[in-house]
Amino acid sequence: MTPRSPLSDEALLDQLQRAAFGYFLEAVNPANGLVADNSRANSPASIAVVGFALSSYPLAVERGWLGRDEAVRLILATLRFFHDSDQSGRADATGFKGFYYHFLDIGTGKRAWRSELSMIDTALLVAGMLTAGRYFAAASADETELRAIVEALYLRIDWQWSQGGAETIRMGWKPECGFLHYGWDGYSEAIVLYVLALGSPTHPLKGDCGCYHAWTATYQWENLYGHDFLYAGPLFVHQFSHAWIDFRGIQDRFMREKRCDYFENSRRATEVQREYARRNPQRFTGYDENCWGLTACDGPSNPLPQSAHTARRLFGYAARGVPYGPDDGTLAGWAPLASLPFAPDRALCALRTMLQRYPQMRSDGRLSSSFNPTLNDASGDVWVSPGHFGLDQGIVAVMIENHRSGLIWRLMRDCAHVATGLRRAGFRGGWL
Amino acid sequence: MTQRNPPDPTATQDAGDIERLANVHPARWRNPTPADHYALVVIGAGTAGLVAAHAAAALGAKVALIERNLLGGDCLNVGCVPSKAIIRTSHLYADMRDAGQYGAQTPADIRVDFAAVMQRMRGIRARISRVDSVQRLVAAGVDVFFGQARFGASDWLTVDGAKLRFRKALIATGARPDTPAIPGLVEAGFLTNENVFDLTELPRRLLVIGGGPLGCELAQAFCRFGAQTTIAQRWPLFLPREERDAAQLLSDAFVRDGIEVRLNTTAVNVRVAGGQKLVDLVSEGHESTVAVDAILTGTGRVPNVDGLDLEIAGVEYDTTTGVRVDDFLRTSNPRIYAAGDACLQDKFTHTADASARIVVQNALFLGRQRLSALTIPWCTYTDPAIAHVGLYVRQARERGIPVKTFTVPMHEVDRAIADSEEAGFVKIHVRERTDRILGATVVARHAGEMINEISLAMVAGIGLRTLARVIHAYPTQAEGIKKAADAYNRTRLTPAVRSLLRRWLR
Repeated sequence: MTPRSPLSDEALLDQLQRAAFGYFLEAVNPANGLVADNSRANSPASIAVVGFALSSYPLAVERGWLGRDEAVRLILATLRFFHDSDQSGRADATGFKGFYYHFLDIGTGKRAWRSELSMIDTALLVAGMLTAGRYFAAASADETELRAIVEALYLRIDWQWSQGGAETIRMGWKPECGFLHYGWDGYSEAIVLYVLALGSPTHPLKGDCGCYHAWTATYQWENLYGHDFLYAGPLFVHQFSHAWIDFRGIQDRFMREKRCDYFENSRRATEVQREYARRNPQRFTGYDENCWGLTACDGPSNPLPQSAHTARRLFGYAARGVPYGPDDGTLAGWAPLASLPFAPDRALCALRTMLQRYPQMRSDGRLSSSFNPTLNDASGDVWVSPGHFGLDQGIVAVMIENHRSGLIWRLMRDCAHVATGLRRAGFRGGWL
Repeated sequence: MTQRNPPDPTATQDAGDIERLANVHPARWRNPTPADHYALVVIGAGTAGLVAAHAAAALGAKVALIERNLLGGDCLNVGCVPSKAIIRTSHLYADMRDAGQYGAQTPADIRVDFAAVMQRMRGIRARISRVDSVQRLVAAGVDVFFGQARFGASDWLTVDGAKLRFRKALIATGARPDTPAIPGLVEAGFLTNENVFDLTELPRRLLVIGGGPLGCELAQAFCRFGAQTTIAQRWPLFLPREERDAAQLLSDAFVRDGIEVRLNTTAVNVRVAGGQKLVDLVSEGHESTVAVDAILTGTGRVPNVDGLDLEIAGVEYDTTTGVRVDDFLRTSNPRIYAAGDACLQDKFTHTADASARIVVQNALFLGRQRLSALTIPWCTYTDPAIAHVGLYVRQARERGIPVKTFTVPMHEVDRAIADSEEAGFVKIHVRERTDRILGATVVARHAGEMINEISLAMVAGIGLRTLARVIHAYPTQAEGIKKAADAYNRTRLTPAVRSLLRRWLR
């Protein structure tokens, strides 16, 4: 076991959570609430990052990091922007059918990078809206308006359209070519998407639970490294839906059959990550059972400066996963932290080990998107992803909160749309 | 029976090709005088036709075999045999390139002699053609006719002016490449499996359209020979039928090889300018153009059902799916059966072989053997290769079968580590809470060899529990299968069993 730093776990988590939340205040455009995808120059806004920002404002108010009035002002700016945004679906609009383009110009709010109209990222955005709507429950005019807009934005999403005539939800749509011609295959972070889409009183998915079962029919229950689990390679898949939904003790048909639940499954996923890192089949520097975290993150790209490893292929921003990769020696320090609720001891041990070995992975108090100990320069400094990414900070802020107080889970347990969606997907038991 | 594009005029006939053609379509061949009546007339002398003809003749039946082109069909002439021969050479070039990871020196000057590669292939093809030769058929008592068969009624047909009466007939006419409807493609000229093995020079730049088995195998081989290769696949992954992880590993391998991978991409137009082929590609609304010297298409196969006058014989067919057969491989005319690519969805040589054996039993001996009872493995011979048998997880779940997968990454297998061949896995799917094998996928350099053990287990009804008792030679890559079986055994140690064991051993 790595020697502990003088900071207590609670103090360390408080520092990291506050720093993570701080990203949103630094990266937000207060005029429209849009938040930059990352801290690098000219970054567009990501709607998923906005979703995490909206989910984080309540915890910041609760912890005294942000005044309630200031939070409401930011959230209202965000909601009003989306409410009034161009929904024509044109190439330079903001959205269509209640969905939004993945990346938006942070100033104008128009589509950036010819990005796709994204179903999953819209779901993460709306999950954030619903979280804010549950927390800001006062009778004041502002908070009343806040809740009304949240409801309106949720109700106007045409989830049925997003099936594109197929059984399952399409991944995206572009004005240039229509629906991207593939759906979701295998377990992914999409449970929250299906739950929100099934829970809609206005445009629920066609086929009711059939579409959810059509998606879960692509699941693979695997025994890997001695652990039975619902397989998905990248760790974020086992985390994102859990930011909002408390899966402890509730089961859908698949999990009932497997005598498991998604929360326990995510715990096992951390074990599989540890086992992979311990084996370290590609013999990267630093990997062991306390240094792991293969997930979607930034990473080095070819050609590399100051590297003796030019023969090795590097993947840039990619969904890294275990056990089949892609793996180029890049680890995300925030990934174990986002698994804190599932495996607190494992996660904290990994975090402390990585921080001690590679303190460069933390800057401005925040964890970088990734680091790669196999790649180091002449002075021995490991490669570290420059700046910070909003998604990483968002999942860290929210999952630390769920670990500390369960606030976000509690708020969303009381959200009728989520409960309805879960029931329609076949979830039963536990708090439901 | 194959219907080939005209041979490439630049193709040379060396000793290998001369021997092969002497075996599979002698220039001076004269069709025999037909017998009064045949117990079985086989149309098409590809794998299915040859197997049926030999099997029926060996059992004493009077058999006629009709072929309009080359005995041996696609497999021998333009399919499995030539492709595997050149793939083997491409492996060697890849190993030379990767010599450093084996602690060896990469040769300073690796030159690809493409003509030598193709000459070796022709030699191999000639050698294997001896098995399919007309001389061997004649010696077995089969009457061989070259020409186009046409039905004249439900019990006779003609070939080269001769009338052949039959008690039973087998349609084994095979399939041919489907030409994608891309404007300008035909005018620009393109390669398929039917003429790619006639090449005498390596194209400097190659575009492969289609990410099925043929496209994937040849894209990798040609890339390893040094062709600047792009592969355009309209779906998100290659080999859409296979497991996502398998296809993903293949994508990664392609990129490692230096293939330019274009997924979710459709070719929409081809034109020729300045002696090169310009192909317009569209991917999610983004348009781009690639300039290449050759285009290879591998976008599916269509059955050969044309020109046979099947209507006259009362044989129902579809130009896309082929001759309609029941589970006993009987067509809508009870005298006539079909086998192989002409009627089957799974267009593999070994399936053609197995289906032909069913037809011989069912047509000549009142057998009731069913196609659906077959356990059919298959393999795509990329590097790593991807092999599968039985059900996919998705298929099992759609049928309401609870399924659990025992996964062993190849990096857990000592021999794979020793061979530096760790990319891949063994996944064996069983019915949950039993050891009954439903199916398996193996991704490994020698996956095609490894899948046979699992096929054997499935056919013999052997479960993982028994497989775990089978001693595997150490070290072999097939030990991955044993490890999956061991993993199953460990799951039998439930907490209750562990507790009992502890008490016993106290």
